[in-house]
Order: sequence, then C-alpha cells, then structure tokens
Amino acid sequence: MNSGRIKAIVMRHLYLYKGRSLPRFMDIFFWPVMTLLTWGFFSVYLGKLNLGNINIISVLLGAVVFWEIVQMSQQAVSVYFLEDVWEKNFLNIFVTPLTLGEFFAATAILAIIKIIITAAVLLTVAYFSYHYSIFTLGFAVIPYALNLFIFGMVIAIFINAIILRFGTSAQVLAFGVILILQPLSAVFYPVTALPSFIQPISRILPTTYVFEAMRATLAGGVFDTTSFLLALGLNIFYFIVVCFFFSTMFKIVKRKGILLKVQN
Amino acid sequence: MNVIEVKNLTKDFGDFRAVNDLSFSIEEGKITALLGPNGAGKTTTIQMLLDIITPTSGSISFFGKDLHTNKEEILSKVNFSSPYVALPSNLTVMENLLTFARLYGVKKPKQKIEELADFFEIRNLLPRMTTSLSTGQLTRVNLTKAFVNDPKVLLLDEATASLDPYIADKTLTVLERMQKERKVTILYTSHNMAEIERLCDRVIFINKGTLRDDGTPQELMSKFGHKDLNDVFISIATEEE
Repeated sequence: MNSGRIKAIVMRHLYLYKGRSLPRFMDIFFWPVMTLLTWGFFSVYLGKLNLGNINIISVLLGAVVFWEIVQMSQQAVSVYFLEDVWEKNFLNIFVTPLTLGEFFAATAILAIIKIIITAAVLLTVAYFSYHYSIFTLGFAVIPYALNLFIFGMVIAIFINAIILRFGTSAQVLAFGVILILQPLSAVFYPVTALPSFIQPISRILPTTYVFEAMRATLAGGVFDTTSFLLALGLNIFYFIVVCFFFSTMFKIVKRKGILLKVQN
Repeated sequence: MNVIEVKNLTKDFGDFRAVNDLSFSIEEGKITALLGPNGAGKTTTIQMLLDIITPTSGSISFFGKDLHTNKEEILSKVNFSSPYVALPSNLTVMENLLTFARLYGVKKPKQKIEELADFFEIRNLLPRMTTSLSTGQLTRVNLTKAFVNDPKVLLLDEATASLDPYIADKTLTVLERMQKERKVTILYTSHNMAEIERLCDRVIFINKGTLRDDGTPQELMSKFGHKDLNDVFISIATEEE
C-alpha cells in the first residue's frame, strides 16, 4: 500500500466539495437530517401513545442513525467508484501504478470522513430536537458502528464488481440494493417480527445482529457480545468473499478487454 | 537498447483473434509508430502494453522486466494519453494534474506541474475547470498529464485526433521538442500519415493482428515504391482484399 497514491484518490474526491456542488452537500447534510426528522416526529407521536416501557425515541432514532452508517458506507464507496466511470477517467486511473487495494482503501477513508461528518450533524440535530443521544449505548456504539461500516463496504464492493463487469447499465444497484437489505436487517423491529420464511435470510446478514444487539443494549444496558461476534464473523467472511469476487471480475474484464467499455 | 520487448503476443476474444503472434521491440529514445487500418489490433496491443487487457499468450517486458510480475514498478515509468479517455471535467486543470502527479509519486508536484505548464503553454489554464476547455487545450492538458511523471516510455493513442491542422501542428512541435530534450521513448498511433512521416523514426505496420512490415518511413516508401506513407498504408491495408 502506497500512502501517496491513496492520498491522491482521497484528494481527487475531496476537491469536489470545494463549494462547487450543492447536491454533494445535500447528500451529507440535508437528506440524512430529513430522514432523522421524519422518524423523530414519528417516534415522538408513538411515545405519546404510551406503549409501555419501551423508549421509542431511542430505539427508532438509534436505528436511523445506525442505518445511515450502512447506507453512507455503501453509497460512498460505490459512488466514488462510479465518479471515475461517469467521468471516463477509469482507464487513466488504472494505467497508473495504483493498485485495487489502494483504490478501495482511499474510498474507505472517504466513506469514514463522510460518515463522521454526517453522524456529527445527525447526533447534534437528534440531541437538540429530541434530547436523544446515541451515547446512551455506551462504548457499544463503536463496535456496532464498525460492523455496520464494514457491511456497507462489503455491499459496495459487490455492487462495484457487478458494475465493472456489466457496465453502467448496472449502476442502479448502487442506489437500490441497500433498500432491499433494510427490511431484511430488522432495523426497526426484532427479527421475529419478520415472516418465518424470511427470517433465515435475515439471520445471514451482519446488520440483523447489530440491530438486535442495539435493542438488547438499550433494554438491558449490557453489551451483546454474542451478536457482536456473529456480526463480525459474518462481515469478515463476506469481506473476503467480495474481495475475491471483485478481483475475479477484474481479471475477467481484463481478459475480455472491456475495461474501456465500462465507462462508455 | 530495447525498452519494450513484445514476444509472440496473441489475443483472442472468443473465436476472433485480434492480435496474432505479434513480436516487436522498441528502441530507447525513439518515436515508433504503430500503424494499421481500423480493427488491425493497435488499440488491443496498446491496452495489453498497459496491462488493462490480459494477453491470451506471449510476453511483454519493459526495461528487461516482465510487465505482469512488475506492473507497479513499470507503470510508474510509463504514461499514456488518448483523446478517448477523459480527465474529470468537474475538477480544475491543476487539481487533475495534482491527482496524477500524486498517483505517480512525483516529488514537489506543484513545481513539476508549473514547469510542464510553461512548456505546454497551459499555465493560464491551471485554475480553470476542465469542462470549460476547448479540444486543443484539452489535448495539451492531456499531454501535460502524460509527461507529469517524466516517463521513460509514453504511449500516445491518436494524440492529435479531432484537432484542427494548426493545433495539431503546434502539438507535434511540442512533442518533438519534448522528445528531443527528455529522450522519451514514444509509441505512437495515428491515421495521419503526414504526421507519422514528420515525427516517427520507425514504423510498425500491423493488419488483422499480424505484423506486416517494419522499418523507417523512408525504407517503407522505397520498398513499396510510393512517394508517401499514405500510399504505403493503402497498399498494406488492401494487400489481402
């Protein structure tokens, strides 16, 4: 890994935020805040219905903030990859000494930067609007968030491999796949609330264990080590699989000579 | 000394053989043209030289080292320019050049870019958005990018395509000057034969993926009994029709 080349890719994308693109800023600030406010108002309403001892605001807003991590991680890594495809710069990038590992390390750094900024904004808005702080979860926030970040990257690398192989006609996946995973990940409800035939699918997703663990921590104040380790194990397994998948797709694309066509 | 050695290079796309047992070497500090009609296998050969297409068989080495096993080291000494590959339009020229300077590990990148910008007469373009450039300006920016790492080998794929004669002439003059001063080895593809006669020390003709002829422009013109390379090109392109 060459840090200079990683920095080159990081800076190449950070330049785009130099006050020249409102939609990019909306992506970081506006849309996540809108989502938070929608769920915030809904949880305030549910809270007024007196549904027992459950802290609705903590459960729902915690889920919203945590899901933003998965979504940001996936979309950042996918979109930073797509930027060079859209700009027909893909070939220029891959005829330099840059390695695939360095490219994905750079997009991971960019995703972390984006997540930190968005999370800071969301937590501030949540605190002042609903007196909600995710830190009521204690130190568990960090390992839970880490797992969600890794799974977002896993999905992104998988989608990027498909785009690499089938071109921009597959780019809709970069924005759609995550929406399929959300209901399966038991984000806002326990996995047992899902139909029984869907539950096995839900249980092979690391996100399911993180959200189950988050609810357990909120309810009992203890860190759910088993769920955390299951999520981590699945993430490590999927990460290895998608890296192998991407590398195989890259080899196929080179063998078929269609790398230049990816951007056309 | 040979900087590039291509041996028995073959590329099949399914049943179609795009490059067939191609062997050639490129001498250090020379400008060599890789010519052939559309579909001859030039772009496939160049893309194999850049390791973005994997050959079916054969070997490619740069500086005596195998490309496949020494990719990072070799690509740091090579650069490429083609009008069919764009620089990000939503960055300024300076930002684009800085990105590539960093990717190639250039020390003092700003200083290097400013020095090259003077040479290619694009200093006034550095703060401008790349999207606002004309085709001629873009070609000079692409060439600046191609020289940013002081390459030992430069692959130029139709560098003057879509340029008007004045800008094309200006670009060639700059290339000639750059090559003379820096002794860069250049592999050049073009469909403009006058440009090849002016610029290139040697010409490699390929057709249907196979090497057809190899020599200086003068040698080829006398061999085929033509006054210019354009007629030589037509003779070779039509020889099997």
